[in-house]
Amino acid sequence: MNDISTISRREFLKDSTLAGAGLVLGFHVPGAGAQTGKPGISGVEVNAWVVVRPDNTIIIRYARSEMGQGSLTSAPMLVAEELDCDWKQVSVEYASTNEHIRRNRIWGGMAAVGSQTIRLSQDYLRKGGAAARQMLLAAAAKRWAVAESSCSVAGGVITHVPSGRTLTFGDVAIDASKLQPPKDVKLKDPKDWKLAGTSVKRLDIPDTVMGRQRYGVDVQLPGMLHAAVAQCPVFGGTVKSFDAAAVQSRRGIRKVFTIDSGKVMVVVADNWWRAKEALKALPIQWDVGANGNVSSESIRGFLKAGLDVPTVPVARKAGDADQALTGAAKVLEAEYYTPYLCHAPMEPMGCTARIADGRVDVWCSTQTGEGTLATAAAAAGVPLDQVEVYKMQNGGGFGRRGGSQDFTRIGVLIAREFPGVPVKSLWSREEDTQHDFYRPAALYRMKAGLDAAGKPVAFKARVAAPSIFATLLRLPLKDGIDNSAMEGFAEFPYAIPNVLNDYAQRDTHVPVGFWRTVGWSQNPFARECFIDEMALAAGKDPFQFRRELLAHEKRPLGILEAVAKAAGWGTPLPPGVFRGISVTEPYAAFTAAVIEVSVSDKGEVKIHRIVQGIDCGYVVNPDNIVAQIQGSVVYALTAIGRGEITIKDGRVEQSNFNDYPMMRIADMPKVEVVIAPTGGFWGGVGEPAQAPIAPALCNAIFAATGKRIRSLPLSHHGLTLVKA
Amino acid sequence: MIRLVVNGQARQADVEPEMPLLWVLRDELDVKGPKYGCGIAQCGSCTVLLDGAPVRSCSVPVSAVAGKKITTIEGLAQNGVMHPVQKAWIDHEVPQCGYCQGGQMLAAVSLLQNKPKPTDADIDAVMTNICRCGTYARIRTAIHAAAAAAPAKRV
Repeated sequence: MNDISTISRREFLKDSTLAGAGLVLGFHVPGAGAQTGKPGISGVEVNAWVVVRPDNTIIIRYARSEMGQGSLTSAPMLVAEELDCDWKQVSVEYASTNEHIRRNRIWGGMAAVGSQTIRLSQDYLRKGGAAARQMLLAAAAKRWAVAESSCSVAGGVITHVPSGRTLTFGDVAIDASKLQPPKDVKLKDPKDWKLAGTSVKRLDIPDTVMGRQRYGVDVQLPGMLHAAVAQCPVFGGTVKSFDAAAVQSRRGIRKVFTIDSGKVMVVVADNWWRAKEALKALPIQWDVGANGNVSSESIRGFLKAGLDVPTVPVARKAGDADQALTGAAKVLEAEYYTPYLCHAPMEPMGCTARIADGRVDVWCSTQTGEGTLATAAAAAGVPLDQVEVYKMQNGGGFGRRGGSQDFTRIGVLIAREFPGVPVKSLWSREEDTQHDFYRPAALYRMKAGLDAAGKPVAFKARVAAPSIFATLLRLPLKDGIDNSAMEGFAEFPYAIPNVLNDYAQRDTHVPVGFWRTVGWSQNPFARECFIDEMALAAGKDPFQFRRELLAHEKRPLGILEAVAKAAGWGTPLPPGVFRGISVTEPYAAFTAAVIEVSVSDKGEVKIHRIVQGIDCGYVVNPDNIVAQIQGSVVYALTAIGRGEITIKDGRVEQSNFNDYPMMRIADMPKVEVVIAPTGGFWGGVGEPAQAPIAPALCNAIFAATGKRIRSLPLSHHGLTLVKA
Repeated sequence: MIRLVVNGQARQADVEPEMPLLWVLRDELDVKGPKYGCGIAQCGSCTVLLDGAPVRSCSVPVSAVAGKKITTIEGLAQNGVMHPVQKAWIDHEVPQCGYCQGGQMLAAVSLLQNKPKPTDADIDAVMTNICRCGTYARIRTAIHAAAAAAPAKRV
């Protein structure tokens, strides 16, 4: 089930009765698909992950968030695999965020960020399932007064092998819950998995398809009010004055006010459209602060100056790159640039909050329940354990609903003005676009030296970019390096003897945040296109050039070769069609892409084929991996083609999908997915596939035209992406 | 008082005539399937069928739809039986976050009513809803699968 607590579930039902008035449109309790368990039957908690009901159905708890990445299904699959239950018995519910705090963070990480749900929780998920299995088996053995070693478990049934007697999990759950958890459990060898590793249908999809899925924006509570918000168009500015009287008498308007020391203008009404229309009509004078003159050009200049700072923190050093460059037979130098980007999830930011009797309840689409809880507690001024967060299905996340939690803070500060009354705040698309924490703009300068035989002897990369960790998370940077800004350069895989990759931190007033694939979404564009420049200078084929430099790196080499093979690298292409290639190592996974394009005289870049591969080690739900790769390609191409947030007079120039355009189905090229797992490690899935797309595409454009693309989006170069 | 027929049910709302249908459905009638995405008829998350034809309800004043038959994603299944489009969406695991998918499915239903065997070009021409998760490849596959299934009753 979705994370509606018992209390809130009752409220939802009560309210729907009122609103639906006996109609079929009444509220449906959000559930995790067709496998939603029967409501109203309480179960026995065998351990934190596994609850067994007397009817032998099983609830597996899920601690992170669901935003379409599929982990609400694949994480419980790992528990179920070790539990040896029948997947058909299983329904999934969110672990309570409040309980998590009170039980000493018993569910581990709650954030769905950094492609980490599987790779960072697999160990305790599998152990949770295995421990519950062991306790259920022990309880049955005890009841039969037989040795545990004479019992086996399959499909949620415990069998005493010699006698053939059986008990279900439901039969022994109460007994099992009273046993001490085993100190140590043995996990299955992944080669023996029966459920994990198979394409299991995602549990949340049936509710989505039937129109029953509930997102943050869909929360409906008795007596709820609706808030529209506006922040100063120039980041950091405040409300100087406003004329509430101009809109106060409009129908449904309850209150016109500012929160957060004048940073946010708010109109609350009985219907969101009324609130939004009144906000639009409200005369507001802004104090824009000190940044009213900042522009994309001034920021670009500021980044450029970062390239020229003599000494900055070093993320990767090998040998002496400067000296090697002076002795090189051939030296290359190039600058690359990637723009600010907006997340633009389909569901804009928002939050529903109710503050009553020192307690705060928050319903919201969030990628981190704990982050939401802490933010709500601070905004309401209550202890952590007096907050509950009901995680709703996220209408897209892409990093926007993770670390920032500005939408939670704003939602709770608004609710403070209406004690006891739930208030749902919702940002307009324009507000969402103009008050994001953007993918940072970044400027790169790279240098490489080749010897007389074309072998690289030196590589230098300077990244000039804002720091997400320093500005959004306000964390001190270890050795002056923002790890996200140096992704792909700090973990530089190529065997080049002299390397110097360093980081010029260039913070501006434009808020920056984690945009799907983060540094790996942009740095490979610079790195992998420049590697192609080096291959050209060396007179070598871009694939063979990489192969030689990755000979010692088994996994990057493996995925590179797998994708090249699937794409038929080196085989003849139709006239006018050319290939590009790249390889990346994001989030403990390895991805590579080969893209085929032709480019018309009018600058139409026709994508004939994308072959995209991933080695994520162990594979839990293969079809979901395919879906994530297909989606990553769209996210990447949307940005590469036309994606750009620009700044003028200190504010974002784009506002909605008319000027921040999205790829649509007519633009969708053919994507072939190569899943080439090598096992033995746990890699990410949700983000890594985006990393190699931009360089593979731009390398293909170079092959087709001889034109080297060193900045994005392509629209700046007179190029348009079209489907073949 | 404006009278509407929503998923076969007579409903009424005491609202301003210029209030967009989307907000009447969502905030007044608690019909949450149509989603707010852009408010300017760009994204299609708010798509509903109006007498069988897809409209972007964020940009349709409620006064324009009085007495008309409105179908939202909640009303697509008939007597508990899924529409072939819904079945295809499940079979092919189309949704990711799912926020846009109600609108996508209703657009697909309308397409199939007009062109029972659509070509890829037909799909490209009318399926203009935005999906930020990038489920386009599966939407295309699912539409072809639904077209191959038994035709549904007109919505």
